[in-house]
Amino acid sequence: MADRAQPLSLPLRVGAGAAAALVLALTLGTLGAVLLRAGGASALGAADWAALRFTLTQAFVSAALSVLLAIPVARALARRRFPGRGILITLLGAPFILPVIVAVMGILTIFGRSGLVNDGLAALGFGRISIYGFHGVVLAHVFFNLPLAVRLLLQGWLAIPAERFRLSAALGFRPGDIARHLERPMLRALLPGIFVTIFLICLTSFAVALTLGGGPKATTIELAIYQAFRFDFDLGRAATLAAMQLLLCAIAAGTAMRFSLPSGFGAGLDRPVARWDAGAATLILQDAAVLTLGAAFLLAPLAAIALAGLPQLAGLPAPVWHAALRSLGVALGSTAFALALALPLALAVAQRRRADLLESLGMLPLATSSLILGTGLFLLLRPIASPGDLALPVTALVNATMALPFILRALIPAARDAHEGYGRLADSLGLAGVARLRLLTLPRLRRPLGFAAGLTAALSMGDLGVIALFADGERATLPLQLYRLMGAYRMADAAGAAVLLLALSLGLFWIFDRGGRADADA
Amino acid sequence: MKKSLMMAGFLAATTAAAQEKPVLTVYTYDSFVSEWGPGPQVETAFEAECGCDLRFVAAGDGAALLSRVLLEGESTEADVVLGLDTNLTATAAASGLFAEHGQAATEFDLPVDWVDPHFLPYDWGYFAFVYDRTKVADAPTDFEALAASDLTIVIQDPRSSTPGLGLLLWVKAAYGDRAGEIWSALADNIVTVTPGWSEAYGMFLEGEADLVLSYTTSPAYHLIAEGDDTKAAAAFSEGNYLQVEVAGKLAGSDQGELADRFLAFMVTDAFQSVIPETNWMYPAVTPEAGLPTGFETLVIPEKALLVPAADAAALRDTALSEWQTALSR
Repeated sequence: MADRAQPLSLPLRVGAGAAAALVLALTLGTLGAVLLRAGGASALGAADWAALRFTLTQAFVSAALSVLLAIPVARALARRRFPGRGILITLLGAPFILPVIVAVMGILTIFGRSGLVNDGLAALGFGRISIYGFHGVVLAHVFFNLPLAVRLLLQGWLAIPAERFRLSAALGFRPGDIARHLERPMLRALLPGIFVTIFLICLTSFAVALTLGGGPKATTIELAIYQAFRFDFDLGRAATLAAMQLLLCAIAAGTAMRFSLPSGFGAGLDRPVARWDAGAATLILQDAAVLTLGAAFLLAPLAAIALAGLPQLAGLPAPVWHAALRSLGVALGSTAFALALALPLALAVAQRRRADLLESLGMLPLATSSLILGTGLFLLLRPIASPGDLALPVTALVNATMALPFILRALIPAARDAHEGYGRLADSLGLAGVARLRLLTLPRLRRPLGFAAGLTAALSMGDLGVIALFADGERATLPLQLYRLMGAYRMADAAGAAVLLLALSLGLFWIFDRGGRADADA
Repeated sequence: MKKSLMMAGFLAATTAAAQEKPVLTVYTYDSFVSEWGPGPQVETAFEAECGCDLRFVAAGDGAALLSRVLLEGESTEADVVLGLDTNLTATAAASGLFAEHGQAATEFDLPVDWVDPHFLPYDWGYFAFVYDRTKVADAPTDFEALAASDLTIVIQDPRSSTPGLGLLLWVKAAYGDRAGEIWSALADNIVTVTPGWSEAYGMFLEGEADLVLSYTTSPAYHLIAEGDDTKAAAAFSEGNYLQVEVAGKLAGSDQGELADRFLAFMVTDAFQSVIPETNWMYPAVTPEAGLPTGFETLVIPEKALLVPAADAAALRDTALSEWQTALSR
């Protein structure tokens, strides 16, 4: 009976349990520490409810648009082979891993008041358009999250066994039939999870929403937390707002699970996928147009960042290079840590028939306010050690936890497929423990593992995270150094540091991601 | 990797403990300790004369710094807190965590009289709208002129940024009950509101707005460090609001004597001469050698506005809700 879940093996149970406990400690535990210090929760005001409404609306629209736009882009990438495709896929991922401030500057160079688009419109005799407002917030969130949605969907497309396409070609399926029988079930399985992930990312947005929202009407819950924390010095209200954020996360993750269905394609033989269905000229044109537009939207701001910073790169002051080395260390530590956490969690989740509590738990870090997490952690660690001395390991740990939801999104579907496809065979052969991990699990998960490792390393590299709460003068990471350069009027050096950060993040991402699909034809 | 990082952390902790010298811990904001801020030079200068180890601990900006101290309460490791401004000192003093500074009267070069039993100023500046001379021919001379013009501005959010809060109190101090009206009139000039100073200033330099809320001393950076004299600050006829940055010692400090020495050192030339070209503010006591060349080109507003620290805390909640109402429409 496939429905009767196999009892989890002991090491898996211990690993998943430890990972779950750590996630709980960093999310609910830190919140509890802040609440305890505050001496209880405080009531929310009318402005807080307005912030909640704005937060939910922008997050919903941003997530819906990101996911909808990602479908044609991912489909085009999945069914086309062209020179530079691998590089394009890597580059398309870049916006997601950029520090907010850098990305916003890049977006403004293109879409801002004196940006390329407006200059073009003005040259053609049209009026200038303003990016600031609700649409600006959504545009920026789509810029950040479209790449994530594309990559996660692309994983889904690549996970459809080549044999299914072969069969559909033999049956004379036309693109519409492929969509109905292969693509839609895959999307049905993946979309709810991806949508909720992006919804939650946008839920905790603060700097993007405020900067591009044009004013206080674009107040999000995270900003309200900042206000409670550092304007009103009201820890209780900050904690209440953070708890509300976590509650929203739980509701959203729970809803997504109800809509999520396993796709059940069965296993294939990992032949290279050939797409007999995609040869029609109209389809080729359609895909070319989609890829051109998508690439232009995502790459133009990156090009602007690169152009602004490249000339400064060679002249960057020594502290920036030191910070870069430190950040590389943090990123690698964070990656090792994240994989150690994510693998047992993903495998444990995959062995159950339906999504469950454990899976939602993995989503919690997404909805955690970084300010509350940092503060709570600070309160918890202070009796044990001087926070400054722990700055780097703590940053690596927190970054790993923050990346967990993305890793799980990538790993769980693949782990589930491996379990559904090969689990019974492996059981009947008595393949268990390390041998099973080495011979079955890791090879089957290689591609998403590489992607997850790359994503974690890059995210960790670019994240300002909790280091700002813990660092002293000597232990700055590259993103913190970048902010310091900006704070010291050195915008040109900051632009150089941004390019260095972008290059290192993308480099790390590329190496890991490449390692994960060394055998792929892409 | 993680292990080796932790080892490094422990090693750093043990070497610090192994030194016989007393350690003075100074909490300050992040940009003070950065390589480009005053921190490194101040540390060298003070350690040369105190026979101690001066340790800076950084925490975001002024408001984050105060939250950190309030969060730690009496168990704080801080001996001195450096980097609060007058909008925060009332809350800080009310916490009871700070001791009176007990320093002899100093002749401060501030546009206002300084009387505060807890806190001593180390630098100050006027908030001002900074613009590019080559792009803005007629700079506004007051808020009403700015509101009536087509000029665009980018400002900072008072809830997350110190200059943003300064602007809030500036308008309130200049216009009192009319503050809400001024904000409504300014609404169509405001391109956007940023979380912090860096974003706003970066956007201004990229040409997103004609003017940015910063300091009258900002053009000095461009002039001295970049040889660029196109930036200027607008003096307003209502007066420009002051930011006075201060330090105070903690009542619970176990290095009370060293903390006193640091506060005394803070107003001497060795500290004050570092300020103009690292913090890009006016030193609280002008060094004997005067201000660096270039500072004489800066505009000096005719009037300095400053809400007394005790009133600032009460005023800011009203001012914030006026601001929010006017700009949320």
